Amino acid sequence: MTATTSAAAGAEQAPRPPAGGALRPHAEQDFAAELAALAAADDRPRPPRWKLSPWAVATYLLGGTLPDGTAVTPKYVGPRRIVEVAVTTLATDRALLLLGVPGTAKTWVSEHLAAAVSGDSTLLVQGTAGTPEEAIRYGWNYAQLLTHGPTREALVPSPVMRAMAEGRLARVEELTRIPADVQDTLITILSEKTLPIPELGTEQQAVRGFNLIATANDRDRGVNDLSSALRRRFNTVVLPLPASAEEEVEIVARRVAQLGRALDLPAAPRGADEIRRVVTVFRELRAGITEDGRTKLKSPSGTLSTAEAISVVTSGLALAAHFGDGVLRAGDIAAGILGAVVRDPAADRLIWQEYLETVVREREGWKDFYRACREVTS
Amino acid sequence: MSPALRVGAARDAAAAGEVARAAGESAQDVVLLGVRHHGPGSARAVLAALEAYRPQAVLIEGPPEADALAALAADPAMRPPVALLSHVVDDPARAAFWPFAEFSPEWAALRWALAAGAEVRFIDLPAATSLALLPSPEELVLAEGPAAPDADPPGESGEPGEPGEEARVDPLAVLARTAGYDDPERWWEDAVEHRGEEGGDPLAPFAALAEAMAEVRAVHGDGGHPRDPAREAHMRLKVREARRAHERTAVVCGAWHVPALAGRTAVAADRQLLKGLPKAKVETTWVPWTHRRLARASGYGAGIDSPGWYRHLFTAPDRPVTRWMTKVAGLLREEDLPVSSAHVIEAVRLAETLAAMRGRPLAGLGEATDAVRAVMCDGSDVPMALIRDRLVVGDVLGEVPPDAPAVPLARDLARQQRALRLRPEALERHLELDLRKDTDAARSRLLHRLALLGIGWGEPAGSRESKGTFREDWRLRWEPELAVRVAEAGVWGTTVASAAAARAADAATHATTLAEVTATAESCLLAGLADALPVVMRALADRAALDTDVAHLAAALPALVRAVRYGDVRGTDAGALGKVAEGLALRICVGLPPACTGLDADGAAQMRGHVEGVHRAVALLPDPALRDRWAAALRGLAERGDRPGGAPGGIPGLLRGAAARLLLDDGRLDAAQVARLMGLALSPGTPPAEAAGWVEGFLAGGGMLLVHDQKLLALLDGWICGVPPAAFTDVLPLLRRTFAEFDPGVRRTVGELVRRAPSLAAHPAPRPTDPGLPGFAPTLDPTRAEAATHTVRLLLGTTTTTDLVTRGDGGAQDD
Repeated sequence: MTATTSAAAGAEQAPRPPAGGALRPHAEQDFAAELAALAAADDRPRPPRWKLSPWAVATYLLGGTLPDGTAVTPKYVGPRRIVEVAVTTLATDRALLLLGVPGTAKTWVSEHLAAAVSGDSTLLVQGTAGTPEEAIRYGWNYAQLLTHGPTREALVPSPVMRAMAEGRLARVEELTRIPADVQDTLITILSEKTLPIPELGTEQQAVRGFNLIATANDRDRGVNDLSSALRRRFNTVVLPLPASAEEEVEIVARRVAQLGRALDLPAAPRGADEIRRVVTVFRELRAGITEDGRTKLKSPSGTLSTAEAISVVTSGLALAAHFGDGVLRAGDIAAGILGAVVRDPAADRLIWQEYLETVVREREGWKDFYRACREVTS
Repeated sequence: MSPALRVGAARDAAAAGEVARAAGESAQDVVLLGVRHHGPGSARAVLAALEAYRPQAVLIEGPPEADALAALAADPAMRPPVALLSHVVDDPARAAFWPFAEFSPEWAALRWALAAGAEVRFIDLPAATSLALLPSPEELVLAEGPAAPDADPPGESGEPGEPGEEARVDPLAVLARTAGYDDPERWWEDAVEHRGEEGGDPLAPFAALAEAMAEVRAVHGDGGHPRDPAREAHMRLKVREARRAHERTAVVCGAWHVPALAGRTAVAADRQLLKGLPKAKVETTWVPWTHRRLARASGYGAGIDSPGWYRHLFTAPDRPVTRWMTKVAGLLREEDLPVSSAHVIEAVRLAETLAAMRGRPLAGLGEATDAVRAVMCDGSDVPMALIRDRLVVGDVLGEVPPDAPAVPLARDLARQQRALRLRPEALERHLELDLRKDTDAARSRLLHRLALLGIGWGEPAGSRESKGTFREDWRLRWEPELAVRVAEAGVWGTTVASAAAARAADAATHATTLAEVTATAESCLLAGLADALPVVMRALADRAALDTDVAHLAAALPALVRAVRYGDVRGTDAGALGKVAEGLALRICVGLPPACTGLDADGAAQMRGHVEGVHRAVALLPDPALRDRWAAALRGLAERGDRPGGAPGGIPGLLRGAAARLLLDDGRLDAAQVARLMGLALSPGTPPAEAAGWVEGFLAGGGMLLVHDQKLLALLDGWICGVPPAAFTDVLPLLRRTFAEFDPGVRRTVGELVRRAPSLAAHPAPRPTDPGLPGFAPTLDPTRAEAATHTVRLLLGTTTTTDLVTRGDGGAQDD
């Protein structure tokens, strides 16, 4: 599921009626059968309080066939190495930091890791610019606090604190969005494996099996970089962008089709060609080299993630449907591409023009695209 | 099914021990030690086996010509990595290398034998034969590096480029697949290299391996190695010879050959196989080698990815992973990355846990790399590249004792020195070369090539201006240490030309700035290294694509265009060169306007130099569309009068003026358009200093224009008169500088014009009836023009001599 959002990947699995009619069931509910089959087949040693052995967790994420014939669907399509390092990290007592540009399935991987290891992916702290310290440590039930004073009953534990008490995995999403002083609350938890509660003169020690998965994105602006003290507590795994153009074209096409249905856009007959072009342009500019490996290019400042490619194609489809003849053409995507590539008006525009002149102009069969782009660029 | 079962058994050391003894019983006077070339585990195992068996003779897979050189391996001045080099005597380009690293089993066996006083013999097919069989040496040299018969993975054989190479079976891959591994290297490491055999029979693993290989060969035959039967026949004959002379003989060869050597064949059949093979006269010597050469990535096809890691495995006394992590941490600290001992501890833990999870007996390079990336490098690949370069491959350069036979490069040099009658003399000597003569041109190429190789025999003596480009002056002086340089340069190739080409290609690939690549490209042209040019051009194109500084690009373009234009490149693909030049020009066109903004006075002056250089260069390029683009870029500069140079995004007047002038000279702007631009630039709204800059840029091309176009002169005159007194003192130096560059005659004429006709400013439109310029009549004088017209027309090629008689006048307008 590289580079699709978790929603896209989730929709791809045959969805079963969710428990209690939830709009989006948790991973451990959705794949309960696979998890049970894995647990039954798994005879390897399990770290304390793990539902599965590390090997089975890796199999759960990467997919495979069990001895009893149960097919485990792949949750993550990408290098095996990455999943193995991530799972192994959780088995040692180091915390795991999943890093990557937007749209590389960080949250998706973290949810499934938690589901497979602890059978529970709900101990979640969502990082925002306004995340307070209470969200990571603990809060108070003020009614209780006023009537009974500071007692254990008046204390409201955070998901992290609950994970420590129960020996499960806690998840922190978008760690770098959290203000730096709040981030550093994690240092004691990760190094001392304890959470002091000075108001009660006690502490919450982490039970074996506790660990933490954080996700962060390394290309966005307006993030608070981790202090090096905190960074040292994490093993870092960078989730890459899709490895091959084919893979990425498929992801974009599938997601665009889903979005197109949701927006009631008519299906575009020539869409596949244009999607391939968008993906090619994105990949080439991102990688700084043409797909044939012959020409090096400068990379613009934007992330040019797969998610952006999806939005370029979707808006192109909308343009074609509402203002054009319903066929997705070069002109419909040119403006979108320009907007995605040129984030910094001076430097990026130059890079884009250079790309147009040196690569696109010469390319066989791309004349219409070149003309459309020239038109919107100048 | 049978190979799978057998291999499964072979991996089981206990079962294999039985096989070993069973196989060994009949022929205890010889043991076959099948190895993986450059496998540290194999090297350890070979040492243990030799120590246990104590043979009197050690036979090693390698060219028998090297027998005489084997003793040199014990020389303390010999430090691996080194390679045995065989080359055809009168054609050093036909050569083959047998590289040895410290951790190569062959090297270990060689050193053991020399220390233990055992006899050493190389038993492969003679290099004389294998080189005579080489297909086309010239093609091999640059494409693949010299043929490296022993370089490919175990069970190797055959030089690169051998027909049918594609079809060869990798025996390891077969075994690994059978054992359920997708990567043969990893399987070998797990099954053989990482397997400690404490207390076990040191010969057992070899017997097991021989069993497995026998199965593979039973299925795959010669595995697409067409020359193997002959090689193996030769080895068998040698082994027989040794068995007759000695009680105990050990054979160290690629695992692939073991079954063939163990099998029984008739002596006559073997001799028959070797009959009638061609022979060349060859010479063999030791040359220094490097780890980079051993690594596959360097294009030498030497067969291993990670010589540095293997060396570490071989030399580390214990706990290889822990020691490795400590090394990595040391390297990262040197590069100012904060890595603590805690990091090392965590990395070791992660690597070992990963190995356990992947079911490997020991953490290998893959686990170590993953752990270092996750723990020490924050998941980033940038420090990983450094680690790979410095540690995994490593910067180890071998050494060869001085009494090793001369390297072919030195012979080639000596030969060329004789042929060109350039004797190496310690006394400094001055040499003048006339490049129009063949011998002198060849001498110049040789000296340039040596300079590229860092052999500073000749130094360019800066030719005097008057002599033109076909002359070169050199100062020659042969210092004794240059011989050492020649020996060192031996790693680059076997002839001066091929070594210089390889060196130039390397320099271009590893250059850090565009200018370095351009310089290398120019040296290639001077040294006549057409072979290296494609690589250099590729590097140049890549650099140009990534270089954001238009000034760099502009500096690189003129030399490149000269090369394309004048065909300095003999026999090269001038088309490719032209493409690079055009790409460069295109990038300059796109990047020029932004690059000209926000420059100070010095920056603007420099940029003007670049603009003029590019302008001249672009005019020489064949593509008219490109010239149009360049003109459009210049026009963009000239027309950008909206913001003054000081303001953000503004373009300095100097550049705008220069652009206008270049366009005018090219006829892409007419007088009226130029007058409009000048009017804009010199209008009262423009700061005087800016306007003066414009004037300087515009008039830098010469002042004669002002003499002929009085409208422009009037504009200029009007502006100067209108400069407010306060600003005048600021502007004056600029104007003085501008006018000082005019020819005295022009300056004088302009002065007279201005004095005589101040009214022109009031009536800008020049009237034909106006009294002409000082010293000129108001109209053309047809009779006087006639004389010049003939010559001019002939020069322009617009007419022939006969035409001139009939259409004598009227051509006056043309000049």
